This record gives sequence, structure tokens and C-alpha cells, in this order.
Amino acid sequence: METQKTYRTHFIILIVLLVITFFINISLGTVSIPIKEVFSSLFGGEATKSSWQFIILDYRLPKAITAIFAGGGLAVSGLIMQTLFRNPLAGPFVLGLSSGASLGVALLILGAGVFGGTLGGFLLGPWSLVIASALGSFLVLLAVLSVTFKVKDTMTILIIGLMFGSVTSAVVSVLSYFSNAEQLQQFVFWSFGTLGNVSWNGILILFLCILIGLFICLSSIKSLNALLLGENYAKSMGVNLKKLTLLIIIATSLLAGGITAFAGPIAFVGLAVPHLTRQYFTTSNHFILLPAVLLSGAILMLVCDAIAQLPFSDFTLPINAITSLLGAPVVIWLLVRKRKLLF
Amino acid sequence: MSLEKSHPVLEVTDLSIGYISKKESILISEGINFSIPKGELVSIVGTNGIGKSTLLRTLAHMQPALNGLVRLNNKNVSEYDSFQLANTLSIVLTEATSSKNLTVLELISLGRHPYTNWVGTLSENDKNIIQNAIDVTETQDLINNKCMELSDGQLQRVMIARALAQDTPLILLDEPTTHLDIYHRAYLLKLLKKLAVEKQKTILFSTQEIDLAIQVSNKMIVMTEDKVHFDEPNKLIELGCFNTLFPSETIHFDKDLKRFVLKD
Repeated sequence: METQKTYRTHFIILIVLLVITFFINISLGTVSIPIKEVFSSLFGGEATKSSWQFIILDYRLPKAITAIFAGGGLAVSGLIMQTLFRNPLAGPFVLGLSSGASLGVALLILGAGVFGGTLGGFLLGPWSLVIASALGSFLVLLAVLSVTFKVKDTMTILIIGLMFGSVTSAVVSVLSYFSNAEQLQQFVFWSFGTLGNVSWNGILILFLCILIGLFICLSSIKSLNALLLGENYAKSMGVNLKKLTLLIIIATSLLAGGITAFAGPIAFVGLAVPHLTRQYFTTSNHFILLPAVLLSGAILMLVCDAIAQLPFSDFTLPINAITSLLGAPVVIWLLVRKRKLLF
Repeated sequence: MSLEKSHPVLEVTDLSIGYISKKESILISEGINFSIPKGELVSIVGTNGIGKSTLLRTLAHMQPALNGLVRLNNKNVSEYDSFQLANTLSIVLTEATSSKNLTVLELISLGRHPYTNWVGTLSENDKNIIQNAIDVTETQDLINNKCMELSDGQLQRVMIARALAQDTPLILLDEPTTHLDIYHRAYLLKLLKKLAVEKQKTILFSTQEIDLAIQVSNKMIVMTEDKVHFDEPNKLIELGCFNTLFPSETIHFDKDLKRFVLKD
């Protein structure tokens, strides 16, 4: 696809913004740490207090990295789904991925009471949460995928994804009804989403998920561009639509499924970031949009997380609430201004 | 001029078209025979629902034929892989592009999709072909516009430019003159004629504009309930084919005027 501009300045601005928001994100938190100390901790020096160093390196740094991965990955999966489904409202969660993850976690947390005792304690370890959520989203995806092979129409797939989502959230409601307050609270906290609980090992796994997902997206850039013309035109130019659909769904499950597993369901990033990016980069070429959306998603997530920390206070808000509070008005603003969401 | 007889670009033998579902197949039209050599402009006319689009979709291999043979450049269309097909045949459809945000240049450049590398980088040759497509369709002034900003006539020209950029010997167009006023209909058909004569493209298009199609086409495919006719416009007029198209109490075809007139 011919694009006259390379958008070099746009990209430089985004990269600078990413670096700035990254440092701001790390500098802010419940404990106020002077900027100088933050930098010396980050770049191998000694902080005045060892507790500060611990907070920076073992809490804030992994949290910021998780934010970058989660924001970028969700935004990219939103972009490719909007193109694949040719629907500006498509996003990683429309296919029921988050509902699937919720179901997995709900079954684990709310069902753990049944086993009780030591087994219950073992089941509720951090790893089992991740596995349950990944398994849940993967199973929903598998179900959607099996439908994809029978149904050609992407709009139908979208609706089926929504239906799967409804069914799983209904099951979650039933489970919630029969569980006790403590279990319910634990589940609700997971569903708030959190970036702070990911260990370095977790980050490595998340990184792998995102790397493979991005690699698949990268290999599909050209076909995605052709798909901007519509299914029939894309086919007439030699695009293998079945293969493309399969690849994009696998990429999304890796990106969104992996992120949801570690950070909980995070709304609106996948939907809003691609639209925001298209306002700034006035192109539809995925070769430009993919890295642009990746960077913008990461920046937005860092900002949301910084806000969620409620700097200089003792409170931390759920990240999912912040992304929704920021994301929903943005989508409404775009709709009112442009009267239509274009992609 | 070579003396050897040029082989037909598109050859259709005893074709039946329709839809196949699990339970039954719905026949829309059968006994379709025609063959089109290089550089000819052929139009398909017939009433709504007679199967013009189905015929074009079948020829483009977008849906299977119920029966019969479709041969492109002397080779059965089902033997083509998707890349070869993209090299041989390009389409202009009635449906709008899914993305309204594409610029005209981006859209036309997408025609090079079958030939570019994995990220779609355009070579000098690609750029020349794109520029040629822009020049011949007179879309130079539009290239920085977004698709949503185009009028119907402009969009149709841009979609034809994209098909030209795909650089195929055969172009199929589904109702390219719909929604256009008489000037733009005439302009578009003249453009198709020019492409057939100057660029030696083989062009097959369906249309409701029977009067204009008679003036511009080398041959015509007239689809009626009973039979699918294929011949030069003048011979079809002599045969009285056009009078079998519509119920005769409202409108009839005047052989001398070469157009439809209202009946008193």
C-alpha cells in the first residue's frame, strides 16, 4: 500500500512520550520518592533508603513494564480485530475472551470453596489464577473458532462471540450467587484488573505471548491492508481469508488472553486506542498503524496506571475503572465529532 | 498484426449458474455459451434478478458453477490458484469498500497487492503501473482524498483504477453505471471502451443501460428467462432479442431508433 508519509516526526513524538510517561509512572506512587532517587535506583546506583530501591525495582518497574505490554498488546489486538471484522466496535473482548477468562477465574475462586482446606489454598495460588483465566479465554476462543469454520459472515461471528460472552457471564452470576462473601470479594478484586501483581517470571511469559502475537500480526500486515477493501476484493487479489482469520484469532488470543490472565480484564484500551491513533496518523496502512497503536496503547496504559495510583495518597483505584472512565468519553467524543467511527 | 487467430481470453461452455446449499441447488440460469477475445468490451443485460451478478460472480470464481466450463486463457478456472487468478482477473463490485478512511492513492495502490513483498513495498515498476492507472482514469486530482469524500462517479473511476493497477488481461465489472447521471454513465462507458481498445483489456460488465451498452459494446450477453443470447448488438437487434427482455405492454424496443420507447 502506498503511503506518501513515513510519519517519522509522529513516531519520534510517540517514543519521547513513552519514555516520559514511563518515568512519570515510576516516579509516582503511594510512597513519595524523590526523582533523583528513582533514577539512581533504575540505573544501577544505590538509593538513600533500601526500601525505596526495593519499591522501585521490585514493584514499580515490573508494574510499568506490565502496563506497557498490556496497553500495547490490547491496542494492537483491537486494531487487527477492527480490520478483520470490518467493524469499528470490534475489540479483543467482543469475542468473549474476557468473559471466558472471567469464567475460568470464577470457577477457580468461587469453586475452590467446594474443595476447602489445603487443596483450596493450593488452588488459589497466583499461578492457578493465570492458568484458569488463560484456559477460560482459550476455550471460548476455541468455541468461536470452531464456529468460524462453519460460518463465513464476520458479523455473525461477532454476534456469536457476544452470545458466548453472555452465557459465560450468566454462569459467573450463578456461581457468585452460591459463593460466600470472602470468595466473592476475591473474584471482584481480580475483575478490577491489576498491573501490580505480576512477577518478573510472569512478565517473561507475558512478553513471550506478546512477542509471538505481534509476530503473527506483522506477518499479516499486507493481507490486513487488502482486507480494508472488503472480503471479496481481498479474495480477488489472492488473500487466503480463512488462513488470515485463523492467524488473527490466534494472535488475539495470545495478546488479549495473555494480558487478561495476568492483569485481569482491562476494558476500552483495545477499542479506543486504534481510533485515537487514526486521528493522529491519518492513514489506514497497517504497516504504519501497527507500531503507532502499539506505542499509543503503552502510553495510555502508563497514564491510566499513574492516575490509578492516586499520587500522594494512600489509595489505589482499580485500573479497569480508570480505563473505562477515560475510554468511554473518548469514544463518545469521537462519535460526536466525526458522527461515525471510521476505520 | 499477427496472423494467428488470438485465443479467447474468456470462454464459457454450457454454463449453469445458481446457488448450491446442502439440501438443494437453486438454478438461476443455464445453457450459457460465449467466448470473448482480447481487447473486446462485452456487456451483460437483463432484468433485475435474472442472474447478471451471479454470472459475474461465477466467472470470477467467487462462487462455484453448477455445471459447465469456464476457461480463462485456455485453462479451466478451477485449475487456477489464488495468485494466478489475481494475475488474470480483477473485479469492480457494487459493494462499497469496508474502510472509508483509505485515501484514493492507498486504495489504487492496493491493486498491486498480488505482486508486492510481504509488507507491500512498491517497486518503481509498481509505481509506474499505478501512475498509468491514475492517468487513464483521470483520477490524479483525487489521490489525496479519502474514499468517503468521493462522489459515486469518482469512486467508480477510482475502483476501475485499482483494477487497472492489478494489471490483469480480464476485468469484470458489476453494474458500474448504477447511481450515475447520464453524463457520468456515458463517460464511464467511454472509459471502458478506451481501456479495451488502447490497453487491449478484455472487459465484461453488467448494466441496466441497454441503450448506451448497444452503442459501446463489441458484443452483448442478453439474459432472458428462456435463453441467454450472445452476439453483436446489431445482430441481437435484428433477432429482436431486446423485445423479449421486458413485458411488451409497457415498453418496446424500436429497431430503427435502437432504443426502448414507451408504448401508448
